[in-house]
Amino acid sequence: MTTKTYQLETLTCPSCVLKIQTALKKNEGVQEVEVLFNSSRVRVTFEETVVGSGALVRIIEALGFKVLGEK
Amino acid sequence: MIKLTTGQRVLISGLLAVTSFILKSTIGQQPITSIVMIATAVMAGTPILRNAISALRYKILGIDALVSIAVLGAMFIGEYWEAAAVTFLFMFGEYLESKTLEKTRSSIKALLELAPDVARVIRNGEELEISPEEVMTGDTLVIKPGEKISVDGTVIEGSAYVNQAAITGESIPVSKQLEDGVFSGTIIESGYLKVRADRVGEDTTFARILQMVEEAQDKKAKTQKFLEEFSKYYTPSIIILSLVLLLFTGDLVLSLTLLVIACPGALVISTPVSIVAGIGNGAKHGVLVKGGEVMEKLGKVKILAFDKTGTLTIGKPMVNRVKTYGLEENELLRIAAIGEAYSEHPLGRAIINQAEKALGPLTQVPEASEIIVGQGLKVVVEGKTILIGNRKLFAENAVNIEEQENYIRSEEEQGQTAVLVGDLSGLWGVISIADQVRDDSKKLITNLKRLGVEKIVMLSGDNKRVAKAIANELGIDDHYGELLPEGKVKVLGELQEKHGMAAMVGDGVNDAPALASADLGIAIGGAGTDVAMETADVVLMSDEIRKLSHAIGLSRATVRNMKQNIYFALLVAATLLTGVLFKTVNLSFGMLVHELSVLLVVINAIRLLGYGDRGKSKKQVAL
Repeated sequence: MTTKTYQLETLTCPSCVLKIQTALKKNEGVQEVEVLFNSSRVRVTFEETVVGSGALVRIIEALGFKVLGEK
Repeated sequence: MIKLTTGQRVLISGLLAVTSFILKSTIGQQPITSIVMIATAVMAGTPILRNAISALRYKILGIDALVSIAVLGAMFIGEYWEAAAVTFLFMFGEYLESKTLEKTRSSIKALLELAPDVARVIRNGEELEISPEEVMTGDTLVIKPGEKISVDGTVIEGSAYVNQAAITGESIPVSKQLEDGVFSGTIIESGYLKVRADRVGEDTTFARILQMVEEAQDKKAKTQKFLEEFSKYYTPSIIILSLVLLLFTGDLVLSLTLLVIACPGALVISTPVSIVAGIGNGAKHGVLVKGGEVMEKLGKVKILAFDKTGTLTIGKPMVNRVKTYGLEENELLRIAAIGEAYSEHPLGRAIINQAEKALGPLTQVPEASEIIVGQGLKVVVEGKTILIGNRKLFAENAVNIEEQENYIRSEEEQGQTAVLVGDLSGLWGVISIADQVRDDSKKLITNLKRLGVEKIVMLSGDNKRVAKAIANELGIDDHYGELLPEGKVKVLGELQEKHGMAAMVGDGVNDAPALASADLGIAIGGAGTDVAMETADVVLMSDEIRKLSHAIGLSRATVRNMKQNIYFALLVAATLLTGVLFKTVNLSFGMLVHELSVLLVVINAIRLLGYGDRGKSKKQVAL
């Protein structure tokens, strides 16, 4: 189980939070998703053997939020 | 396609919307009118549609989707004006909200700028300049005037005046000598120090402040907005209802009418428009409220905690009283000011300022001057040896001051710093210096109590004697002295638990953790540091602290206004919905009501802009 934090471009609409959360949670292997609205970060806990970090980044970017960095 | 920023897009679609409105009301629905309206809808609607589609790919049905469907439907049945108006208003509302949100974000950046960027350590007898992260516990650091200390440590050599404003908020530099503790992020104003590093990097007080701010920022974000909750159910229900209607009646016009009319235009802007007006009013009165959530909370504050220095007081020491034994007051000031001519000490500056105010510019300097650290000055003025300093200085020079001791002590109990002036044979006088309470502090406290704030307390890094004197003077319920930043957070936490919603009012970086951990952080701008200002939820841009009571009243008015808008919009939507379903409301009439409701919501919000203007003198008393 790994936890990664992705830094996004500034989140402005509170409805983005719901969007990102729902989209990520639908993936198998994703355990927990926390969207930090104020710092524009997403913290995801996931099983790396099931889903890769790259796939998560692609999902976030497909929703229209640029991922600026991860750690 | 040309890439437009959101701001440009809002501006262009705004101009297009206005143009189409003018065309509509002058030449009517000509082809050119339709074209401008379609252009508006395309300009404002493209990002909405794009968002809706990307969300739909993950089976998420948002408000974007509802607006998109309604707009496409409106275009389909030729109602271009509705398409243009809805898309523009929707986009404009979101844009206004995002603009106010952006301001809450940059606090970390400003804090990082205060972090020390270089450390000078001694290793193997050599002075090396390294990055603060490379410093290890036990290293010896050398710090010179104007430089930042990069570790928490203990002085092992030298003496200096250190400005600890970054940590304690006290603007008066503190004397540091052997065995004294120093903080990372503080600045040496004069003197030099060798320091043994006790805590480095992430463990320093400064780094912990940073971390606290970062954590506290997102503790707040979990409040879900009422409207979002509502739209979670509202949006899908309207779409399902329209589909059901289409299936059962086969009436495309009816189901599209439903979508268009039910499109929550007034509801979408009800909240942002009140908040924007409230924020606008605040800005006009020198109060920056960072976003809607803050505006909602401000009026509900139960307990207000104030920092002392720089918040309730001006933060600059000034001469309050001059007591003399035998000579003229001005003469004592003149001699003391000449003696202090070379001094960089804030108490010295206060004496010089006072003397120059009374006697005009002074150019004379002492014939000889010796700084005795921790005691004061021994100078020669006009051929006479003069002592300027504290008790220790006079004791050291065997000058008896016992007779005046009572007076000195009573001054100190009132929170004054007593500067003794005399020669080797006796004391000539006592100059009482203290930070000044702001003119409007007392009025503010009275106003706040009238507004029904349950408890007002003061959290200070300064000593308890001074804290007590000022709390008594202002009529503050409770005071806490000698608090470090973490201490302020702790006391605040206890108060929150006991009384509920707590706001912290402060100016310094030392208040940043408290500002961030309070339900609401309020920074005094003019005198404040960037960090406190950016960490804070509310910033008073001027030094006029009494604006705080305006802000609280404004918050209550804004919340009232917002609720009126929401209830009104809901009522209109419900009425229209019923009307459409029973076919008593057709599209054009529905749209008229819809537009009027939007207009009324906006007009209601605009009333807020005038809050606090009429009957100013009367109202302020009532506040």
